[in-house]
Amino acid sequence: MSVLKPLPRWADVVLLPLLNLTLAFVVSGLVVLAIGQNPLHAMWAIATGAFGSGYNFGYTLYYATNFIFTGLAVALAAHAGLFNIGGNGQAYVAGLGVIAVALLLDGTHWIIVMPLAMLAAMLVGGIWAFIPGYLQAKRGSHVVITTIMFNFIAAALMVYMLNYVLKAPTGMAPESRMIAPDARMPRLAEFIDFFRHTPVNLSLFLAIALLVGVYYLIWHTKFGFALRTLGQNPTASRYAGFSNSKIIMIVMTMSGALAGLVAFNEVLGVQNRLVLDFVADAGFVGIAVALMGRNHPFGIGLAALLFGALYQGGNELQYVVPGLTREMVVIIQALVILFTGAMEGLFRPGLQFAFMLFTPEHKAEAMARESAGSES
Amino acid sequence: MTSEGTNAQRPETAAAKPGASDWAIELEKINKRFGPVHANKDIDLSVRRGTIHGIVGENGAGKSTLMSILYGFYNADSGTIKVNGAIQNITDSRHALALGIGMVHQHFMLVDNFTVLENIILGAEDSRILGTSLSRARSELGRLEKEYDLKVNPDALIEDISVGQQQRVEILKALYRGADILILDEPTGVLTPKEADDLFRVLRTLREQGKTVILITHKLREIMAITDAVSVMRQGEMVKTLETAKTNPEELAELMVGRRVLLRVEKGESHPGKPLLKITNLTVADDMGVVRVKDVSFAVRAGEIVGIAGVSGNGQTELLEAITGMRDQRAGDVIVNGHKLFLKGDDGASRARAAGLAHVPEDRQRMGLVTNFQAWENAILGYQNSAEYGGGLMLDGTAARAAATAQMQRFDVRPLNISLKTSLFSGGNQQKIVLAREIGRDPDVLIVGQPTRGVDIGAIEFIHNQIVKMRDAGKAILLVSVELDEIRSLADRILVMFDGQIVGEADPATATEGELGLMMAGISNREAAQ
Repeated sequence: MSVLKPLPRWADVVLLPLLNLTLAFVVSGLVVLAIGQNPLHAMWAIATGAFGSGYNFGYTLYYATNFIFTGLAVALAAHAGLFNIGGNGQAYVAGLGVIAVALLLDGTHWIIVMPLAMLAAMLVGGIWAFIPGYLQAKRGSHVVITTIMFNFIAAALMVYMLNYVLKAPTGMAPESRMIAPDARMPRLAEFIDFFRHTPVNLSLFLAIALLVGVYYLIWHTKFGFALRTLGQNPTASRYAGFSNSKIIMIVMTMSGALAGLVAFNEVLGVQNRLVLDFVADAGFVGIAVALMGRNHPFGIGLAALLFGALYQGGNELQYVVPGLTREMVVIIQALVILFTGAMEGLFRPGLQFAFMLFTPEHKAEAMARESAGSES
Repeated sequence: MTSEGTNAQRPETAAAKPGASDWAIELEKINKRFGPVHANKDIDLSVRRGTIHGIVGENGAGKSTLMSILYGFYNADSGTIKVNGAIQNITDSRHALALGIGMVHQHFMLVDNFTVLENIILGAEDSRILGTSLSRARSELGRLEKEYDLKVNPDALIEDISVGQQQRVEILKALYRGADILILDEPTGVLTPKEADDLFRVLRTLREQGKTVILITHKLREIMAITDAVSVMRQGEMVKTLETAKTNPEELAELMVGRRVLLRVEKGESHPGKPLLKITNLTVADDMGVVRVKDVSFAVRAGEIVGIAGVSGNGQTELLEAITGMRDQRAGDVIVNGHKLFLKGDDGASRARAAGLAHVPEDRQRMGLVTNFQAWENAILGYQNSAEYGGGLMLDGTAARAAATAQMQRFDVRPLNISLKTSLFSGGNQQKIVLAREIGRDPDVLIVGQPTRGVDIGAIEFIHNQIVKMRDAGKAILLVSVELDEIRSLADRILVMFDGQIVGEADPATATEGELGLMMAGISNREAAQ
């Protein structure tokens, strides 16, 4: 009986994430304090490190691009009731598609390479997610288990490919040869001086377009209606005439395609070659981004920017504040993911209670519930 | 049915307990507000000790709130509660139990993989060592079983016993904790007719032993059959308390709704035409692979309502699901308007719908609606691919919203707010949303399961009228309901299902409840006639 009233939408979407974020920063601050540094100084260092100059902001946007792709991948699947934890593996394997197109079309221009590499990234990432989708739809193997296993398979596969198939003939490291300069995706720095020396590239615009596109897909297309129905109530979805197994396979493929675009950004736009671990856990950050963004593209855009800022600002922190090592930065990032992602519901009951107290007509009821106690 | 016999006993039981504590419960001027909603307004209620007292009212009339106050879930804003003549301030349900008030909820609070005995002592263990509690409870349970004729196997697991037995466990739990006053919230909603009869027998025994029973229900038949007195609530107010012997269902229905209600469906002769729905040799298995529908054949003609009667669990659910493409068939055909349906694969429902077969499912919240969606999204569910909601890939939200508004207006869905989340509509209005969607498309065949389950009396009348209207428009309607009254008053022809087979056919105008009951127990037409 102690069911609390749901929060107003603005509180759920704005206030709750802000509270979570604040708590993450407070706890991070305590950690910084514990090792004898000034937390405010550290926060300032992160903020300027992320937004302080064109150089810093460029890096922030570059990280955010990846997080938008993986955040959308997680959110799209989540709307269909599927938890795709395999963004990392899907992005990683998609690198094969990008590098194949880029190296095959080496002598041509980026105008040709770019769209084809993009499609290749989506195709390979999509296939890598389709297999768990198929296994879930037709064989009942849970995607949470299969996608996480496919992350391991992807990691092993890529090590093999980079050591034995794609390794540059002249190089020592397990990485492919460089893509010819003409075939590389242009960085924004080539057009905008503000972003000088930063890796942010044209794929940022693709990410922004996809934020809009995925919004339309989920809420304004018939397929979006179908996948939301499936996510809310699989029985009703079958009742409505949808083939749940088909939707699962299509959504997983789309989700993998979105995650695969990380490879498009990294391989064609930043590294300009295929290297080990270029995904750098963007797939997992995508889960936190989607959670914090409430699976809504607008929220995902903001959350991706926040995490981009944390990554970039965190990197700067170690240079600005002596005594704060790289590991310290990882702790702060982990705390933010922990509080905004995994523990995003922490404040919900308290906030709901507080809201009832602040609306007079609900106050009596709140008190009654409090005294009615834990029975039920 | 047996009310005469029990009413005769009532004066004696009442007379046996004279004095001030004649009343088990006395509520005076109880008020309770939830924000702007005034759920209970100045409620007075007196329940005589040793009687069965019914409380009726439509959904949202405030019955459950009132009982929650009595059971200590909520605190009343004002008013006094007297238990056995003494004023009490009931703070929580533990306190209520200490005063001898027990409650059996609509949804049982049992641990499925515990035994009956373990569930009964759960939360009432005497010591940290379970063994002594269990053996003490076992002997106490034996005494209770004998005293109240409540037989259950104490060592059976809850998940292995029937719903009716589970309810007995809930009652035993309350008695074990010393309950003297038992509140039952819609106890028969989940029971088969046989189980309901058993429950009533138990309640009568409880009354004979001097216990007081408060029965919350919206089924007037039950009120008439078992209660001594009945209180009617409407929109948070106590309308009237009557002696059951001095009232009748029509009067109670009128008091509940606030206007005259037709309990019988008004319909003319049926004029059946050609068969629109034909089922031939249909065999269906459930999820566990058990064959639940065995080689069933029948037809529903244009302009008739065919009702399928039967104790629930005899294959009706699987039959409906197979016809509507929700479940694979093992063998047999479903033929709609001369076209054989291809129902293999998990999107069979779309082909059934395309062939002109509309489906109002038995469990609207599990199947017929997405309760987290806004009303307009549910108004197009299943028909989302039709051209009027946008050709191609895009969903035309404007057209869908317009269609939803029209449907909801036509079926008088309240509130008329297409953007409201569907779970916030009452049960009756949710059912109207489903019916408006399914009937609104003018289908040739309508399959309806439990059309009025959990629906208020006022809405029941409306829903029945809509179904009859469809019949008169020359459509074929297949109706499945556990309410025998509903089938008898609505159907033009009754098929009785038992153990996966159609065991007989009856004419609702001539068949008696006894005949139908025998057929539902598996005794076929010819045998029943003998």
